[in-house]
Amino acid sequence: MTDNRPQFLLGLLERMIEIREFEEGVRFLFLEGQMPGTIHQCQGQEATAVGVCAALQTDDFITSTFRGHGHALAKGLSMQEMLDELFGSETGCCQGKGGSMHLGNMQKGMLPGIAIVAGGIPLATGMALALRMQGKSQVVACFFGDGAVAEGAFHEGVNMAAIWKLPVIFVCENNLYGASTRVDLVMRNTRISDRAVAYGFTGETIDGNDLLAVFEATQRAVSQCRSGGGPFLLELLTYRRTGHSRRDPCHYQPKSERQQWFDRDPIERFAAQLQSDGLLDAAGLEAMKSQAVQRFEAAVEQAKAASPPTLRDLETDVFVSEAST
Amino acid sequence: MKRQGIAEALRDAIAEEMQRDERVFCIGEDIGVPGGWGGAFTVTLGLDERFPGRIINTPIAELGFFGVAVGAAVMGMRPIVDVQYGDFLFLASDQIINNAAKLRYMSGGQIAVPMVMRAPVGATGRGSQHAQNMERFFTGVPGLKVVAPSTAYDAKGLLKAAVRDNNPVMIFEHKLLYGSKGARAEPGAVDATSDVPEDDFIVPLNEAAVLRDGVDVTIVAWLLMAHVSMQAANRLAKDGVGAEVIDARCLAPLDWTTLVASARKTRRVVIVEEGPKTGGVAAEIAAGLCERCPGLSVDRVASPDIPVPFAPVLENAYRPDAARIAAAALRLLRGNREV
Repeated sequence: MTDNRPQFLLGLLERMIEIREFEEGVRFLFLEGQMPGTIHQCQGQEATAVGVCAALQTDDFITSTFRGHGHALAKGLSMQEMLDELFGSETGCCQGKGGSMHLGNMQKGMLPGIAIVAGGIPLATGMALALRMQGKSQVVACFFGDGAVAEGAFHEGVNMAAIWKLPVIFVCENNLYGASTRVDLVMRNTRISDRAVAYGFTGETIDGNDLLAVFEATQRAVSQCRSGGGPFLLELLTYRRTGHSRRDPCHYQPKSERQQWFDRDPIERFAAQLQSDGLLDAAGLEAMKSQAVQRFEAAVEQAKAASPPTLRDLETDVFVSEAST
Repeated sequence: MKRQGIAEALRDAIAEEMQRDERVFCIGEDIGVPGGWGGAFTVTLGLDERFPGRIINTPIAELGFFGVAVGAAVMGMRPIVDVQYGDFLFLASDQIINNAAKLRYMSGGQIAVPMVMRAPVGATGRGSQHAQNMERFFTGVPGLKVVAPSTAYDAKGLLKAAVRDNNPVMIFEHKLLYGSKGARAEPGAVDATSDVPEDDFIVPLNEAAVLRDGVDVTIVAWLLMAHVSMQAANRLAKDGVGAEVIDARCLAPLDWTTLVASARKTRRVVIVEEGPKTGGVAAEIAAGLCERCPGLSVDRVASPDIPVPFAPVLENAYRPDAARIAAAALRLLRGNREV
């Protein structure tokens, strides 16, 4: 790790920038009317996705939500398979049948996003139960938002992971808003990591806009889970700077609050840290951004030209046709 | 061959499949407690001793453990998940309908969800919330298969087929059919025993069974109503009417080949359903038959559009009986569908 550390850290920054440029580009395409459907974006939350996934092995799994673009890129899905999916192409990661809210690629360790709030939490527990029964050492990181904590599925899924000590890292991206409703309107104790104690395991609240803090906390959680001491609840404090979806103008977010979180931009903070450590200069940072934009634009051109599914695909993949052996 | 009731046949089916395939496991409430029940109706009794670590006893958390089962299935395990009473499936329905049924499609075929869901149904002296026939709520969900056995033979064969299928399959079991003898027998239980072969067998998930041949009228039913319909057919025989009785058995997908062949033969079909008449499975069967067989005479015998009542006299009136079924068949034969 020591020899490769500068490269590793630069790679993390690069991945965060890739997510930011992807989201900004997608937003533009969507507002222009070039992209169908709806979108839920994660600008400002890049450090949670990248910090958590950097602490996982490639064969570990994640579950995600309707706000999953960042998780997907962080887990190693390509811009191409994602953009093809967003454009509804047959070459998309879900062959155009999933769309923005259901991005995923099981080969790369990402269950397609579950777009029912908290619906992925019991699934993550079940995936971890399967890994345990199969004698495997992988872990599952389960992403969800602060809104999910009010759902029964959170309680039930987390409790079962706790009683069976399953290797799940429950990652709550607390971005302060469930749709337009601020967390303090829907919970008396807004420190979400406190929930873990009630279930008998460990929870931590971390600055989710501090990439290395997220990475290191996840490393601790992963290590505890792999050694049979799971599960773990990580509350990552962050901020959703776009609307909940589509054209939500965020009038419910106070300007001062928005400014405060803009000042804690996870990419700028980490870039500044790398610059002060002498690992990066201003030109290098600009190059990183322009390269991400170039990759995005090339992928968009290809995605626009990709074939939509044929109508023969309409009724395929409802069932598996073969029985098991 | 051995003579078995449905509870024993299901237990054997589960044990044989767990023996055959180490990916198969059970998950549910009160199924793995030493000295416990073996599930609400004893189906899993003793399996925790035979298969340590593979009978997963859960908290009372239907939404959660159905989701856990889906997650395990996605990873290549083959869970058999059960609820104590079918009514509790409403709690689990987000995981069943939004995840189990849809993950294959919305992932573009990346994912298979090979899981079996077992649920006891039927009005049995427990009032409104431990009584509903839940089939209707799931037969119209794309991505789910739904079966409902009325005999021990079918229960074993359908369960084994369901475990081997790579899709989510729901099995509805009737509480009055688990067993008609012994301490666990329900008041009013009906004998659903069969001679069950010792050798491995399955019953396909898409085939109805013709229980009785006839040329005058077809009666379609499933679960308890298949038995009641046979009683009605025997009454009709005394009046010289030959009723063909079909146990639909597989409700999603329906076996249109068998249903249509019988309808074309008799031209008159009575569909019998325990459960409210409006929006039931019988409505789907009636519509599907009328689309396929123009000019068909069809009637439904179902429960009134009310919650299941408790008082035995009311519950018995709620549930279709042989007299109502026979009367409906005779009305169709007279060409008169009015009451």
